[in-house]
Amino acid sequence: MAAPYDLNDDSVVVIIGSGAGGGTLGNELAQKGIDVVVLEAGARIEHEDFINDEWDSFAQLAWLDHRTTGGGWRVSKDFPNLPAWIVKAVGGTTTHWAGASLRFQEHEFKTLTNYGKVEGANLLDWPVTLAELEPYYAKAEDKMGVTRTNGIEGLPGNNNFKILKAGADKLGYKECHTGNMAINSADRDDRMSCQQTGFCFQGCKWGAKWSTLYTEIPKGEATGRLEVRPNSHVVKIEHDDSGKVTAVVYADKDGKLQSQKARIICVAGNSIESPRLLLNSASSKYPDGLANSSGQVGRNYMRHTTGSVYAVFGKPVHFYRGTTMAGIVRDEARHDPSRGFVGGYELETLALGVPFMAAFLDPGGWGRPFASAMDSYANMAGLWIVGEDMPQEQNAVKLHGELKDKYGMPIPDVWFTDHPNDVAMRNHAYKQGEALYAAVGATRSFPTPPYPSTHNLGTNRMSEKARDGVVNKWGQTHDIKNLFVSDGSQFTTGAAENPTLTIVTLAIRQADYIAREMGAGSI
Amino acid sequence: MTKIYEQPPGLSRRELLTRGTSRAALITAGTAATRPQKGCGAHTPVRKPETMATLIRLARDIYPHDTVADRFYAIAVKGHDTKAGTDAAHKELIEAGIADLDRRAGEGGYRGLGWEDDRVKILRDIETTPFFQAVRGDLVVSFYNQKELWPHFGYEGESYSKGGYIARGFDDIEWL
Repeated sequence: MAAPYDLNDDSVVVIIGSGAGGGTLGNELAQKGIDVVVLEAGARIEHEDFINDEWDSFAQLAWLDHRTTGGGWRVSKDFPNLPAWIVKAVGGTTTHWAGASLRFQEHEFKTLTNYGKVEGANLLDWPVTLAELEPYYAKAEDKMGVTRTNGIEGLPGNNNFKILKAGADKLGYKECHTGNMAINSADRDDRMSCQQTGFCFQGCKWGAKWSTLYTEIPKGEATGRLEVRPNSHVVKIEHDDSGKVTAVVYADKDGKLQSQKARIICVAGNSIESPRLLLNSASSKYPDGLANSSGQVGRNYMRHTTGSVYAVFGKPVHFYRGTTMAGIVRDEARHDPSRGFVGGYELETLALGVPFMAAFLDPGGWGRPFASAMDSYANMAGLWIVGEDMPQEQNAVKLHGELKDKYGMPIPDVWFTDHPNDVAMRNHAYKQGEALYAAVGATRSFPTPPYPSTHNLGTNRMSEKARDGVVNKWGQTHDIKNLFVSDGSQFTTGAAENPTLTIVTLAIRQADYIAREMGAGSI
Repeated sequence: MTKIYEQPPGLSRRELLTRGTSRAALITAGTAATRPQKGCGAHTPVRKPETMATLIRLARDIYPHDTVADRFYAIAVKGHDTKAGTDAAHKELIEAGIADLDRRAGEGGYRGLGWEDDRVKILRDIETTPFFQAVRGDLVVSFYNQKELWPHFGYEGESYSKGGYIARGFDDIEWL
């Protein structure tokens, strides 16, 4: 068979979501000659149509379906219906991501072993090791064109980086550079190099930043084995009497429900929608939702311990010019409990435009302290903190008890409260960030609270034993052999690094496994 | 010194206003991104000029940028006027909120208080009210999202059409 596929074709692999996990998996399978249908909830917006304007782009790309929040996090107070800043469009959040592509560290795959029991945390070792993933990390880095790998040069440093680097040197940090970025520093893979435009978060209009939208997906489509159906919002996964999944029910572009049959189903809708879908697919055979015998579906929601430090200098910086996140300090990423917390964090350059700076610098803030900060905008530098947060069972994506979407399915209710370890880490990072900028003459700095989450992780976690998690080391659900999870929700723990490279790595590896098992006739 | 290489082009105020208010609703309500806006023809000013003047004073006290002209604040709060024209509950929220400010200020009303400190003291007392939240939540977008205002902050906006900053100063810092 070749694309497009019939709704009744039960030989296809159906992938739900077209982002880092789904888009990569779809291409990898298609390259192996496997027939794939990718159902994407959002529209197909090509990169030429992205918008260099923060609010207009947000309206164009962001996932804005109704969601609710709870728990102690400040996002729930300031942005009660916007727990996450992620994308609903072909390419998923790879349109919005900054491009930072770091491998996890060896110890981060064994947190329970290395950190020991942490009260209130639900730590667990991954069922895979760094050594097992290394060959796949290498493939992912080559595929994505990550700088400082495969002989690819680093990006040039912009003004914001230069300040970060000068401050890092003053503090004695040793590992500071313009990052391992999936952004072309020279033409590569038929894509041009970075033009230092800024607006990385608004989608790269040049296509210099890797996104499945204009890499994996068209490559997969060129094989004739991959069909992407945009505006296809999945509401439910169905199964037969034996428990195997058989079809995906989705609302098409006209809101009409369709059912696509499938041999294998892979869920890659990001860590809020993926568990929501499994929970919403509950049946008499699986009353707690699909693949939920452990009770862990939706639990252990992680979002990284984040925060930002913005600082004002006596002279202009214009930090919005150039690559948004091409600058990193890695010295604090190590595990060193003498700092008062387990795990570590990265410091990465970040800039916002005036509209988003106003919205996010100090949500709810007003008056002269706020306005004078905005008046110093041109003289600001900024960095983002991204550190490992603790998985906690009660931090969870749940189904809302009353509110339903237009298809009658309960909406997600996202609960999060910082663990004391998260708070200690964030406070340490604020201090280091402020010291870094003070060392190069900052006159004022702002410990800015976390934004709505772009790193959403852990809600279908990977575990060796079926009782501890939702999927095995291949992302295959413990309970249902032909049901897979292919996004960041399978992360056992979050590590300190930006997650996309690891999502892509796992997807490449998962494609090998699926092809092998299909060949053996076991799924 | 760094320099701004080119001023960004502006949009019409009406367009800014429409965009601004819809995004503010998004931030505060989270779900209103696609809320339809009333056409210009349906708009009738519904409030007294004094109410508008107080709203502008209030907006200045919330985000005081002393060298920014009143007209930018007027554009930013005009969305409330438009909304009040079609939404009785919103009209009541704004009118009652302004009346409450005047009552708290005593004789001469809110605008009659000469010192910013005295006005801000009142605002601190009401900052958790739906009125204040509605005004501030809208303003943070409708004010700061005005392209004509971005040069005040040294922000250049859209850059793709100019080829990014690769030849326009992405790394031009000289004072470090």
